[in-house]
Amino acid sequence: MSDLVQPVAPDEESEFIARARRSAQWRSFFLRDKKALIGIVVLTVLIFAAVFASVVSPYDPNGMDFSFMLPPSFVHPLGTDDLGRDLLSRLIYGTRISLFVGIITVAIALAVGVFLGLLAGYLGGFVDTVIMRYIDLQWAFPNFIIAVYLVAVFGTGLSNVIVAISLAYVDDFARLTRGMVLSIKQEQYVDAARTLGASEWRIMWRHILPNAVAPLIVQATVSVSYAILAEASLSFLGLGVGADTPTWGLILADARSFFSRAWWLGVFPGLFIMVTVLSINFLGDALRDLLDVREVKDAG
Amino acid sequence: MTQYLIRRTLGAVLVMWAVATLVFFMLRAVPGDPVAAMLFDVGDAAAVAQLRAKFGLDQPIYIQYFKWFVLLLHGDLGNSIYGSRIAVSRIVLEALPRTLSLASLSFVIAVVIAVPAGIISAVRRYSKLDHTVTVVAFLGLSMPDFWVGIVLIIVFASHLQWLPAIGYEPMSQGFWPWFSHLILPAIAVGTAFSAIIARMIRSSMLEVLKTEYVNVARAKGLMKWRIILVHALPNALIPVVTVLGIALALLMAGAVVVENVFAIKGLGRVLIGGILNRDYPVVQGAILVVSAIFVFANLIVDVLYTVIDPRIRLD
Repeated sequence: MSDLVQPVAPDEESEFIARARRSAQWRSFFLRDKKALIGIVVLTVLIFAAVFASVVSPYDPNGMDFSFMLPPSFVHPLGTDDLGRDLLSRLIYGTRISLFVGIITVAIALAVGVFLGLLAGYLGGFVDTVIMRYIDLQWAFPNFIIAVYLVAVFGTGLSNVIVAISLAYVDDFARLTRGMVLSIKQEQYVDAARTLGASEWRIMWRHILPNAVAPLIVQATVSVSYAILAEASLSFLGLGVGADTPTWGLILADARSFFSRAWWLGVFPGLFIMVTVLSINFLGDALRDLLDVREVKDAG
Repeated sequence: MTQYLIRRTLGAVLVMWAVATLVFFMLRAVPGDPVAAMLFDVGDAAAVAQLRAKFGLDQPIYIQYFKWFVLLLHGDLGNSIYGSRIAVSRIVLEALPRTLSLASLSFVIAVVIAVPAGIISAVRRYSKLDHTVTVVAFLGLSMPDFWVGIVLIIVFASHLQWLPAIGYEPMSQGFWPWFSHLILPAIAVGTAFSAIIARMIRSSMLEVLKTEYVNVARAKGLMKWRIILVHALPNALIPVVTVLGIALALLMAGAVVVENVFAIKGLGRVLIGGILNRDYPVVQGAILVVSAIFVFANLIVDVLYTVIDPRIRLD
């Protein structure tokens, strides 16, 4: 019998069909959903710019000369600042910090939050009480205020800012995971796994967590945009990464006394932040539709 | 209901106690000595020891905590370690009305824009108007609030010179001085909030318009706008109230940053100034007041929720 006519086992077939359907879904996701497409394209460009900042930017971001506060022109597409530094180059370098902080903080918050949420939701009892009391405590502050307070305690600088923003967003992921776990725990397949003798850890990681992934992906995407805004705000307030690193928030803060004379210093850094956050929000919204997750409530 | 109120209020008080405790111990767990900060890291050992004794910092931490807590219950938040050593409670009391003014005006502006936008967007679903509202809402969510403030200053204060760029005037100086100083920061703070509310109203209105009782109202031949405003809107607002707590977080956080753009000496500016000066009593006081406002605002939202929707069980 040749391979071509070999009958396909039923579960193999459904696996094949499921895979085909999934890939078709992803393809139509980008083709049909214009928001997803815009989001992905813009983010790709930004990531490219961040990685190859030294190649892409027309000038040295910290190179000063006598071309002070020139308006946008062919020589300096977005103008120059009060020290004659090229604004576009500084903003391209700023992309690095923003994207890095945005992604790494959410990765940390996700890991810690999911871990706490799994423990609380699955084990219940005393562990649940302790974790939930802690999360309630975080709930008593707006996320951004937590980040501000943690920077006040730890001090400024890249690693401190990352720790502060990650910790501020842990409660969102913990709460979401716990809620998901509590509802999935009731499902029959969990009982079935237990009957088959699966260990508690195996049930948690192999059976419960994969089914909680969709809302977590959406939440994580949204959180990246909040984290980027939080980093920019901290930098703007002088509580950011540091005075010698060009970040979008810091560039805006430095330009504060010149806004009336040099509008470009006030407008373009914010546009960079807006376009980045907007494309992430577009992507998050499209993912929410694709993964069929109901509105994730979170902010600030 | 009374029982529910008592239980929730006690819960909020308990959370506030935990917050105060956490704030106290975290600031003391920091590497670095507040006294050293006070003496700008230049005081000699004897002076440091003297100051430590004066502020009771040489005592065990639990005694410090107990004393601090008793003072806190009397409304005493300690003294600023800068300048004339003003009481922190006075600084905070002076700042509070400014932040509350800013937050309330932002709230009003945001709701006035968001509610009609959300309703129209839902009623004329997929129309050009709906798409415009959606895009504007996305933009609103994506713009950093402090940048909105900066752009507003560039346009309305620097170029058009219609409104003052910075500062604050209390209401007692008249409505217009108060309003003209606050309108730009209020828009900056309220933009993201407004976007969230508009999207919430749109989606919950769409749910409600699908229900049978709205169909019945339509079948009875009621006017379209009567159905929307009298029958559908009250129910559509219920889920919106649940996100008000989250939206309040945005307002408070927004106020903290935007006050610094417009040089309004509210809680946010006090907080950030305190951090930059390492003035720990001030930071502690400002943080406590901010979280107290937030906790009790959320309490009010929860209570409001049960009042407007009697279907919610209180346990």
